Parts: sequence; structure tokens; C-alpha cells
Amino acid sequence: MNHDTYSDAYIQDILTSVKTIAMVGASAKQNRPSYFVLQYLLSKGFDVIPVNPGQTGKEICGVMTYASLAEIPRPVDMVDIFRNSEAAHSVTLETLKLSPLPKVIWMQLTVRNEEAAEIAEAQGVKMIMNRCPKIEYARLSREIGWAGVSSGIISSKKPKLRNNFQQYGLAERPNRK
Amino acid sequence: MADQNPGFSTLAVHAGATPDPATGARATPIYQTTSFVFEDVDQAAALFGLQAFGNIYTRITNPTTAVLEERVAALEGGTAAVAFASGHAAQLGVFHTLMEPGDDFVASNKLYGGSINQFNHSFKNFDWNVIWVDADEPQNIADAITPKTKAIFIESIANPGGVISDIAAIAKIADAAGIPLIVDNTLATPYLCRPFKHGAHIVIHSLTKFMGGQGNSMGGIIVDGGNLDWSASDKYPMLSKPRPEYDSLVIHETFGNFGFAIACRVLGLRDLGGAISPFNSFLILNGIETLPLRMEKHCANALKVAEYLSAHDAIEWVRYAGLKDNPYHALAEKYLDHGAGAVFTIALKGGYEAGIKLVSSVEMFSHLANIGDTKSLIIHPASTTHKQLSDEQKTAAGAGPDVVRLSIGIEDADDIIADLEQALSAG
Repeated sequence: MNHDTYSDAYIQDILTSVKTIAMVGASAKQNRPSYFVLQYLLSKGFDVIPVNPGQTGKEICGVMTYASLAEIPRPVDMVDIFRNSEAAHSVTLETLKLSPLPKVIWMQLTVRNEEAAEIAEAQGVKMIMNRCPKIEYARLSREIGWAGVSSGIISSKKPKLRNNFQQYGLAERPNRK
Repeated sequence: MADQNPGFSTLAVHAGATPDPATGARATPIYQTTSFVFEDVDQAAALFGLQAFGNIYTRITNPTTAVLEERVAALEGGTAAVAFASGHAAQLGVFHTLMEPGDDFVASNKLYGGSINQFNHSFKNFDWNVIWVDADEPQNIADAITPKTKAIFIESIANPGGVISDIAAIAKIADAAGIPLIVDNTLATPYLCRPFKHGAHIVIHSLTKFMGGQGNSMGGIIVDGGNLDWSASDKYPMLSKPRPEYDSLVIHETFGNFGFAIACRVLGLRDLGGAISPFNSFLILNGIETLPLRMEKHCANALKVAEYLSAHDAIEWVRYAGLKDNPYHALAEKYLDHGAGAVFTIALKGGYEAGIKLVSSVEMFSHLANIGDTKSLIIHPASTTHKQLSDEQKTAAGAGPDVVRLSIGIEDADDIIADLEQALSAG
């Protein structure tokens, strides 16, 4: 598929269907973008598992970190790759060895590897490249507008409130196949 | 509206707004509150650390103002926007993010008189140095750029002289230098001109003018084009270097193509304090919903009035780029859709005294220092807005002693013309 643009529906279906996300390259440093994303996705109810060999056996945001995808002891729905475009290739191959096979591989903003995407898609894995799940969740839920950022969305539907103050969420789209 | 690009009028009505999720209110509520309750200390820490989206304090973000910001960002085709208490506050916010003491920027010498004052005098206190050039010849800008130059500043339609800038040519110069082109788009509004399409990197507005459009609220805004790599050089440490205010966070790396807007908010607006009132944001937001309709009428009226004045015996010249014989008409055709705006200047054969007489004799026109109201407005810049400039600066800015500035409203054109006719023929 074309990876220059994604429909909002494609991204929303992914974000409302995955529950467990392995984040490869998650940092324990509070000022790193990967830490921001990990913390945000946890706050939205995702079961996020940090993968970082330098942090093995330690917790990031209160969650146990694993050295590799293969060491995660439970099934993973999506792998979020916070590595450079070249490294994303080997992370993709490691993902494809997991059983059960994850449904989605998501490469972060600036990360893109077409060859890896072709291999993964041939096995029925959905791909997203050069995007950030935090930005996309915040955009589709409309939270991102609180920071004056353009969501690109026109809708007369009310945002979905989550339990806490200032928490929007994502609903499953009604006509989803 | 999934996955199709809405048109301008649709964006003007809808962008940024949702029904209120707590009450279903369809109009954007006025969140007239200073502060927002934290769920718990962890959420508070995440908000203060910029790790979560949400509101803390209305000096930094406010849900009513946020709708205004998202709407203007959408209308301009930018990634994000930050509203301020006035256009001047927004301008200070832009340069605060870009400049360090000793730096300079290149600006067109044909600007709103208030901007000329701000750049010439107030900015000097920060050791930010303006280099004035005649931007009609874009090469003058390229020649003026120094290793310390951090930005180029122009107006899409200059106030008051009706000068149109060659945005695309100037944007190329900015790109070659790795610095942003800042366009003040106040007089054009995004309905007439979308500077990002032509390569500009930052757009600012005085929302006080045509955007709000009804002369009731001060406001300003910065729009981030999301199209400059702030980390390509060491010129912009606010964006590309770890920030001590936020635990060594690097703003461009973290926020990507809306990092400039975030920096203007969390470093500029937070610390400089020029926050817009939520009530003003609400009024301006309502004004923007009718921006396309108003601008059509403003421009149509302005052209009729300019044509009438061009043929009048008491008038030396009319500087309106919508007139075919105007030297900026070709640039207006290239950069402006739907018309050449509604603010222009005229020179009176009777000089300074005739200018004073005209502003004193009008009955429907209001003699005041604003532009971009539904009402027609008139002013004699040499004795008011441009009074503090030197004679050379007045003339360079198109505000010589014989010049009167008109801001044409959305009344009936015949009545506007009748008022000018009686004032020009008054004894």
C-alpha cells in the first residue's frame, strides 16, 4: 500500500483494535520522545511493554522492560519502533518471528523502511511508517487541538470523554468491517 | 468529512470546534476560568512536563482559545497556531523564539507604523536589531542578510500603502539562508492570501482587524508552517537545544513540525504573559465564521470606492492594488484571491490641510486608528499612526503628509461613496 498518506479510518481502526503494544527503543529518560509516547499510551489504557536491552529487568513508567521482543512473555498486538530507519528492518524481522504474529508494525516519525514494510505486508501485517501513535491518537481524539495544533478533522460528533479530567478517547468506528 | 479536503468556508465555520463533550453545547463555550483542576499529581506532572495534552492555566492554554488557534491554523494551512493578546504581543512572541541578543532580522521598510516602532525602539532594548530594506526588489533582502540574521519579515499587503510583497521570491531567499520568512497576513487574511502556499514559514496576524472583523476584540496569532528544519543549524537554540525550563527537553525533536508553535507557547507565551482573554477568543472565533462573506463585500466595496476616488478632481492618486494601473496589480493578481483587500491610501491635492479637513468632514466614516471593521474607517496617518516616524520613514511607508488611509466597510457602496463625496466637497 501507499505509505505517503494514511486515511484517518485506517489509523483509527488500528488504534481502536490493538491493546498490547511493544515499544522497541523505549527510553527511561523523562525528556526523550519515546518516554513521552510510552507514558501517553499507558494513560489511554494501552498495555505498553518497553523493549530496551540497556534497561532489562528495570521498570519504565512502572512497567517491566524486556531486552528483546522474543523475551516478552505474552502476545503483542502491535510493535512500535523507536529506532532509526535502518534498524527498523531487523526489528521488523524479529517481529515476524513472534507467535502469535502481531497485527501491526508502527514505525515512528522519521522512521521508514520500505523493504521491511513489503516483507511484513506479505505476511498480512498492517504497516504504518513515519507517524507517531501519540500524535495520531491525540489528533483523532481531538486532544491535540488543546495545544493549538490542527487536527485536520471536521466533525459535529462530540468527543469521547474518558474517565479523568481532560481525557479524550477514541471510539470504534460504527461501520468497521 | 473523513479524508477529503474541506473548502475554506467550511473550515471557517467548523475547524477546531466540536460540540462540548460535557453538555452538547454547539457553540464553542467561553471557558472563562484561570485554571484547570488536576486529576492527581501524576497528571499534573505530565502536563507541566509537556508530556500530556491538556490545560493548566489560561496564560498558557485555554479551551476556547484553542478552538480559535486550531481554526486559524487550518485556514492558513499551517500545522499549529498560538494566540496572543494582540498582534504586537504575537510579534514579540515570534522574535523571542528566534532571536538572541546581538542578532538581527531583515524587514521590509513598508510596514504598519506600529511594527516599525516596535522594531526600531522596543526591540533595541533586547539588542535585537532590525535591518530595513526596500523589499520591492527581493535582492535587497538577500544582500542585507548577515551571519546574525535570524528572520525576514514582510507584510503580504502592507499597511497602509497597498504594497504587495513577492512572497515566493522572498521565500526562496529565506530558504537559501536557512532562516524563516515571517509574513504578517493581517490585511489579506487567509481568504485572500495563504502565504505558506508560496513558501513562507511563519504567518502572524493581528486578529483585531478583518479576522474578528467587527472592531470589538484585540487579538494576535502566530501560525507555524511546519516547513523549516530548525535543527539544520545552531541558529535556533530555543528549538534545537535542550531547554533548562523543561528538564533538557529538545522542543523541535519532540514536537516535530509543530515545534515552533509549541516553543512560542511554552517558552514565549508562558514567560512573556501576553495571553488573550477567552472572551476575546470567542468573539473573534464568531467573526471568523463569516470571514469569506465579509471579505467578498469588503473587497467589492473597496474596488468601487477606489475607482470613484481615482476619477475625483480633489485626489492626486489612489494606491490600491486592485486598480489595473497600480504598479502592484500584477503581484495582487498572483498572490490575492477574491480581491486586493479593503485598506488603501489616497493623496489629496490640497496636502496636509486637505487631509485634516477630509477626516473631520466625514459623517458615516469613523475617524479612528483601527482597520478591518464592518464599518468604514478613515485616518490621517501623518498626524496619528505614523506621527512618530521621521519624514523619510513616513514617505517610505506610504504615509506622507497629504495621505489619508481608508478601511472600507461592508455598508452599501453607494453610501460610502456619498459620504466621501460630501466630505471632499465640504467648504
